[in-house]
Amino acid sequence: MWGIKLIGKKTEELIFKQLMRLANAIILFVIGLIVFTIMRKGLPALSWEIISQVPKGGYYFGGEGGVLNAIVGSIYLAFGATFLAFVISLPSALFINVHLQKHKKLQDIIRLFIDVMWGIPSVVYGAFAFGIMIYMGIRASLMAGIVTVAIFIMPIMIRGMDEVLKMVPKTLFESGLSLGSTKYELSYRIFFKQCIPGIATAILLSFGRAFGDVAAVLFTAGFTDNIPTSLTQPAATLPLAIFFQLSSPIPEVQNRAYAAAAILTFIILAISVFGRMALRKYKKNSIN
Amino acid sequence: MNQSKIEVKDLNLSIGNQHILKNINCKIPSRKITVILGSSGCGKSTLLKSMNRLTDLYPKVKISGDILLNNQGIFGKEVEVTDLRKKMGLMSQRPAPLPMSIFDNVAYGLRISGRKKKLQMKLRVEYYLKVVNLWDEVKDRLKAPASSLSIGQQQRLCLARGLAVDPELILADEPTSALDPLSSQVIEKKFMELKDSFTIVWVTHTLRQAKRMADHVIFMYLGEIIEQGPAEEFFNNPQHEITKNFLNGSFN
Ligand SMILES: Nc1ncnc2c1ncn2[C@@H]1O[C@H](COP(=O)(O)OP(=O)(O)OP(=O)(O)O)[C@@H](O)[C@H]1O
Ligand SMILES: [Mg+2]
Repeated sequence: MWGIKLIGKKTEELIFKQLMRLANAIILFVIGLIVFTIMRKGLPALSWEIISQVPKGGYYFGGEGGVLNAIVGSIYLAFGATFLAFVISLPSALFINVHLQKHKKLQDIIRLFIDVMWGIPSVVYGAFAFGIMIYMGIRASLMAGIVTVAIFIMPIMIRGMDEVLKMVPKTLFESGLSLGSTKYELSYRIFFKQCIPGIATAILLSFGRAFGDVAAVLFTAGFTDNIPTSLTQPAATLPLAIFFQLSSPIPEVQNRAYAAAAILTFIILAISVFGRMALRKYKKNSIN
Repeated sequence: MNQSKIEVKDLNLSIGNQHILKNINCKIPSRKITVILGSSGCGKSTLLKSMNRLTDLYPKVKISGDILLNNQGIFGKEVEVTDLRKKMGLMSQRPAPLPMSIFDNVAYGLRISGRKKKLQMKLRVEYYLKVVNLWDEVKDRLKAPASSLSIGQQQRLCLARGLAVDPELILADEPTSALDPLSSQVIEKKFMELKDSFTIVWVTHTLRQAKRMADHVIFMYLGEIIEQGPAEEFFNNPQHEITKNFLNGSFN
């Protein structure tokens, strides 16, 4: 390369190191700024009332109440969707890597297909699901929201798991089979165990997307001031609650939107931290 | 003449348009150490892995010919490949412990064979860890992850794990190549003991190791078997020019 003649190896390394530092700094700065804004505007408006009550009449015009409906709705929806997506994603990702191990072309095609699905914006999933719901005469409900969000996060989850399963060493594959494992045993007793940390990351990542998404739930889960008591009832979600409150011209209501955003941030943070702590003990067993 | 455990007949194996094993014919005698000797890339591992049909997993693989285990073809439709593989313990070039505890590594084969009794399991795990001289080193930390062992210990663990499945053969693919001389010696010695109860196929590219261990030698060169026979004859009275060069060290 021509760069090497102009500057020495040492300088080159130094420059790249500084560039990486800069990149990290920019990311941290942006995250910091967002969190700071949410906290600065949200924390003063945060109160026990917001967390513990559903909206009373006129809440969105500055009346009394809170966003408990949206908190509970979001938790139901995100857990439900993550669980549903997991039940389908794990076997899929294992299938791609264990059963289709021989068929490299097919693997590539499937991966491409899933990557394209990943690129489709959630509003398209929402609209698509909404179309089906109208056709079948289903009304907006927690269930419909869960299914839609599950479909929307599935590509993320499958490819996240796939990327770690891909890294399982070939010798482990061969050792597992040599012991007389069926492909099923190889999948769940060996590949799965080997990849628990990475699989957990894929799940947490998808959970974050499920929790924070607006567009997929807008038409499918609906919105309500009540806490849903069954899967067929509509459910409110935090991102939508934030959106509605931010759209209000009343400053007090806008600040409550930031409070709701702070709650959302805390919940995602808490789940990520607890999720990781709970899974830490599995990390030690992985072979590299 | 000893009865042969495995018989390879006109085996040809290619991957894509690469012809890797060419007209392989050989016999593996029962309860002896058969060494597959040859320089790097000549197809030793491929031959070994076709014996427990791991080669099935290679993309674009084409296999013709036959391999007989106890006089029965292993490629037949009626052959349950998991049962076939349970009859052969495999040790690879680098140890590949399963992502679980030391205990579970040895118990794995018992568990997938449907054996569940706790006490019996414990006794068997202890037994096989003792067989490979690992018990004293790990008895206080059976719950520790297998990856926390040294490479030499991991390789012995892999042997114990393979033996626990109760195989008839042990396929060893240069199992000492990643080990220090002392750990290698431990493994070699263990195999010399094991040959009374198991048929062993040992792959290596080092002549000295082959001389130390072999009862029977299969010498390969560029995907073909050049010469094979009892160790004594092979080393003292090689027939083929290529073999002579290899034994003289005037090779590569
Ligand atoms: N999965 C595969 N795809 C394509 N070629 C392969 C594959 N596995 C092995 N080969 C080729 O087959 C030939 C024999 O490989 P093999 O691993 O059997 O050699 P080996 O004698 O065991 O060598 P070494 O002593 O280095 O382990 C090599 O040329 C190798 O490149
Ligand atoms: Mg090899």
